[in-house]
Amino acid sequence: MKRLLSIISLSTLLLITACSKNNDTKPDFNESEKATLSIQFDNIVGDKNLVLNNGTYVNALGQQFNVSLLQYFISNIKVKTTEGQEYTVPQDSSYFLINEGDAATQFAKVKVPVADYQSLTFTIGVDSLRSTMDVSKRTGVLDPAGDHNTSGMYWSWNSGYIFLKLEGSAPDAGSADKKVRYHIGGFGGYSAPGINNIKTTTIDLKAAGIAKVRKDRSSNIHLFADIMKVFNGSTNVNFATNPSVMSGSFSSLVANNYVNMFSHDHTENQAL
Amino acid sequence: MKANHWYILFAIVLFIVGCSKNEVIKEEIEGFLGFKKPGNFPVPEYNLAANPITKTGFELGRALFYEPRFSRDNSISCGSCHIQSAAFTHHGHDVSHGIEDRLGKRNSPPIMNLAWRKTFMWDGGVFDLDLQPIAPITAHEEMDETLDRVLAKLKAMPKYTNLFKAAFGTEEITTAKTMKALSQFMLMCISSNSKYDKVMRGEDKQAFTAEEAQGFTLFKQHCASCHKEPLFTDESFRNNGIGIGAVDDLGRYEITSNDADRYKFKVPGLRNLQYTAPYMHDGRFYTLKGVLDHYSSEVKQTPNLDPSLQQNGRLGISLSEADKTYLLAFLNTLNDDTFIKDKTLSEQ
Repeated sequence: MKRLLSIISLSTLLLITACSKNNDTKPDFNESEKATLSIQFDNIVGDKNLVLNNGTYVNALGQQFNVSLLQYFISNIKVKTTEGQEYTVPQDSSYFLINEGDAATQFAKVKVPVADYQSLTFTIGVDSLRSTMDVSKRTGVLDPAGDHNTSGMYWSWNSGYIFLKLEGSAPDAGSADKKVRYHIGGFGGYSAPGINNIKTTTIDLKAAGIAKVRKDRSSNIHLFADIMKVFNGSTNVNFATNPSVMSGSFSSLVANNYVNMFSHDHTENQAL
Repeated sequence: MKANHWYILFAIVLFIVGCSKNEVIKEEIEGFLGFKKPGNFPVPEYNLAANPITKTGFELGRALFYEPRFSRDNSISCGSCHIQSAAFTHHGHDVSHGIEDRLGKRNSPPIMNLAWRKTFMWDGGVFDLDLQPIAPITAHEEMDETLDRVLAKLKAMPKYTNLFKAAFGTEEITTAKTMKALSQFMLMCISSNSKYDKVMRGEDKQAFTAEEAQGFTLFKQHCASCHKEPLFTDESFRNNGIGIGAVDDLGRYEITSNDADRYKFKVPGLRNLQYTAPYMHDGRFYTLKGVLDHYSSEVKQTPNLDPSLQQNGRLGISLSEADKTYLLAFLNTLNDDTFIKDKTLSEQ
């Protein structure tokens, strides 16, 4: 009886193991076997969801603000498997403009080899190589013409892209119209060294869920982008003294803040 | 045997002559010689291999250059502030004059010999000619238009779908093709037939007069270190001591955020000055005599004043009135009448 029980339990265990194995075979890393990985940029402000125009928020200095426009470039996406293999998405397919006003843009979809991924690396902004490339290579979101939703992310007078553009208003703003305008760019200069605000961040996925990329599944890494961290961090921004931040040296302090704005909330690995 | 050799050589010579003659005739018929580097000019900076200049590309670029739809209210074209008779500047205007009578803060620079420029604008903020037009198109105080709306306006016109097809093989109108075509036109705006050029190339038995020669000597002594021949600029950014203007324009600093660049502006070329008054980044001098007087006796000590203008314990350059007369005579040899009258560069 005891022996029968152990046989039954062993078979059950085997069966369970087999089943789970069938459902989730860890694939061999093969760069020719690719599937879609989606990265969701969910913009929030501190503990609240970001609501354009109507949401009211308070920065670290106790100054109220709202946000009317938020756009930023994400590029040069790289992932690392649980086994440690790295894969860099081909550059031509690795530029995304996240726009809070257009939900479809908040999912950056890339093709990566079928595998389990433990971390994600990307650039916030546009790398210097692409920033100096021939105009014929500047297509899609990098087209200086853009479309009606994306225009205004290119500095024509100081050739280069705006990496992050955040506009809104604040009662304490030191500008006549009480507006705050943060246009952060700067790829390091072409003919002379200039401000370099190209930032790269790596997100560890292990704690909140690795991404299992399979051909018959959809994998979505759900990131939070906390806009409060544009203003709060190593520099707590004061709207009274800095209502408008563009190409000056203060922009680097803001970039040093927002490099920390991304966090991993969870990953959705679902059967299609 | 020997006679045979001569025979073959004669045949080869005939063949070569025949070929080159055919090409000359062909070019005359087409009336388009393409991009030709003047004999006394250096190798161009612009990457011509990435945008080969063709007759149809140049013609499209010319049509675009004179197209008022580039401005928001369709009132001004590139050619409005870059007028050929003024060597493609806005003669008589100190600062740029855009739609709705809006005024900018800097003087319209000439569209001339751009293939040899490393950077564009008074502050060098644009590093590629193909990206340059986007600045005046989108500037609030100039054309105040967006590129996507410009492209939409062009796409609606059969004239442009035809011209783009002729130039690039398809009717597709994109940012890149529009910019490359504009570059083709601007690159062809070459001024290289001044008296100075002819003297330098030893053409037409031209020679400087005694006054001009004297001026040339003075020029090489006092001016050429910044206004480097044959384009008369070393492409550097300098504060020439004209003093801080009414709008406190920081110049190159606006691009680099480097304190050592405050009040520095691109050294301008000196060709065709007869047609391009007023002078300096904000057009504050109306005559060349005024410019020379500035350098001799009005240089002001301001942050980052160029070291070459504060030597031997004095500000500026030591020039007598006679020296100024000679210098003006030399500068006059840099005017190129054929450039401002070249019909192929005019609105058709």
